[in-house]
Amino acid sequence: MNNPSSLKHSPLESAHLTCGARMVEFGGWYMPVQYSGIMDEHKAVRSASGMFDISHMGEVTVEGGGAQAWLESLLTNRLGKLEVARGQYTLMLDENGGVIDDLIIYRTGEESYFLVINGACRDLDLEWMRSLLPADGSVLLKDLGNDYAAIALQGPDSEKVLRSLYPSCEIPKRNGIALLIPVGGGVPSLVARTGYTGEDGFELFVPVEAGIVLWERLLSAGVKPCGLGSRDTLRLEMGYPLNGSDLSRDRTPLEAGLDKFTGLDDPGKGDFSGRKALERQRADGLPSRLTPLKLKVPGPPLRSHYPVLSNGVVVGETCSGALSPSLGEGIAMAYLPPALHAPSTALEIEVRGRRYPATFTTLPFYQKTSL
Amino acid sequence: MNVPADLRYAKTHEWIRVEGDAVTVGITDHAQAELTDIVYAEPPKVGAEVKAGKTAAVVESVKAASDIYSPLTGMVTEVNAGLSGNPALLNTDPFGQGWIYKMKATDPTEIAALLTPEAYTVQIAQ
Repeated sequence: MNNPSSLKHSPLESAHLTCGARMVEFGGWYMPVQYSGIMDEHKAVRSASGMFDISHMGEVTVEGGGAQAWLESLLTNRLGKLEVARGQYTLMLDENGGVIDDLIIYRTGEESYFLVINGACRDLDLEWMRSLLPADGSVLLKDLGNDYAAIALQGPDSEKVLRSLYPSCEIPKRNGIALLIPVGGGVPSLVARTGYTGEDGFELFVPVEAGIVLWERLLSAGVKPCGLGSRDTLRLEMGYPLNGSDLSRDRTPLEAGLDKFTGLDDPGKGDFSGRKALERQRADGLPSRLTPLKLKVPGPPLRSHYPVLSNGVVVGETCSGALSPSLGEGIAMAYLPPALHAPSTALEIEVRGRRYPATFTTLPFYQKTSL
Repeated sequence: MNVPADLRYAKTHEWIRVEGDAVTVGITDHAQAELTDIVYAEPPKVGAEVKAGKTAAVVESVKAASDIYSPLTGMVTEVNAGLSGNPALLNTDPFGQGWIYKMKATDPTEIAALLTPEAYTVQIAQ
């Protein structure tokens, strides 16, 4: 790990250390990877509630008369349909259709939006967005990444916990956003009903100075502190992609199977960055497809960059992998030739020179009913 | 941290128990605590030649794979079959049921180069 002093620090760091966190570098940030243990934290989120510091993620507001039109041209998903106080998953592409970032955008007013971007690429995202801002001043973009602390409260008990802490707070519906009880500070506190675990849950955005108090309130309500380790196993069980592992400038959302988050099939969606490249790729055929794989036998935990073979020939490598804590099975994702993205395909995954039989599977890897 | 007095230790956090010319190898309590939830163990094969300081086994937590270095040079005579079904034994009983392999050492002088319990205790306290 780089010297922590060269890394960016969360406003909640002292709370993590108090909770016994193991800290690691993640995308240039010094963040908790685990507290009580990844398995324990994973199970808490699947069965009760857990909380993650997501202060490394960036918050950006976009406002002004030209905001909607500009965002339509910047992002893949059609915004026009988004109602006020609702959010949607969307992508920001370069001119080649490569993924700069995947993000959630909330409409907070008629012409005001709140974007939550990935921590590891905050600076790049902002640079890209600013380079495309209209010169007429009709769009006002603000980087509030350093003004907010953010905590994801996740798990089936999340709503109960939130109601107990904020009895008069409006609880948003799935993918909705609302104002959280004002806690002071320079930016409004927001609660969004979303997450990255497949469980019910909320992402809470509060002014940096209120972050530790919120963390401690959640802690005293019995919510288990969870680190990036369980965040990764939880998201992978759902098949949610991680930018930098499963998404990159070298792959398009079509290759990643995220077609429904592009407006390509929506007649109301106009041009957007990357659209032409996506249409060309659709016409020419995809070079690869992100393929969910499962080991057919007990084996070592799968990780990224393990070779994937078909008939003894390397056809790709894993971009994400884990021993699924919920399923007890090896799961992974890999970009493979499209012909191999099919149920009957017999594959192997190589770990330290040994090959383990694997098979195509469907997402999500984990479903509540599978227990 | 538990550091049994009847064992010798490698700087890389393996222990050995010497019984005649049979040597049992495992990882220390400190190592298992650092590794956290161990979910997979890959011991060497019976009959494999292992070398002091070279990788002999791999254990994996949810987050990372870690090489286990053989403290001594010799031949593997037995591996702990119980680990395949229950790798968590490495966490719960690292000096007992969580042993990894047994070996016949070819150079007993290597034992003297390993750390005493006292020296290992000092090392992990740093």
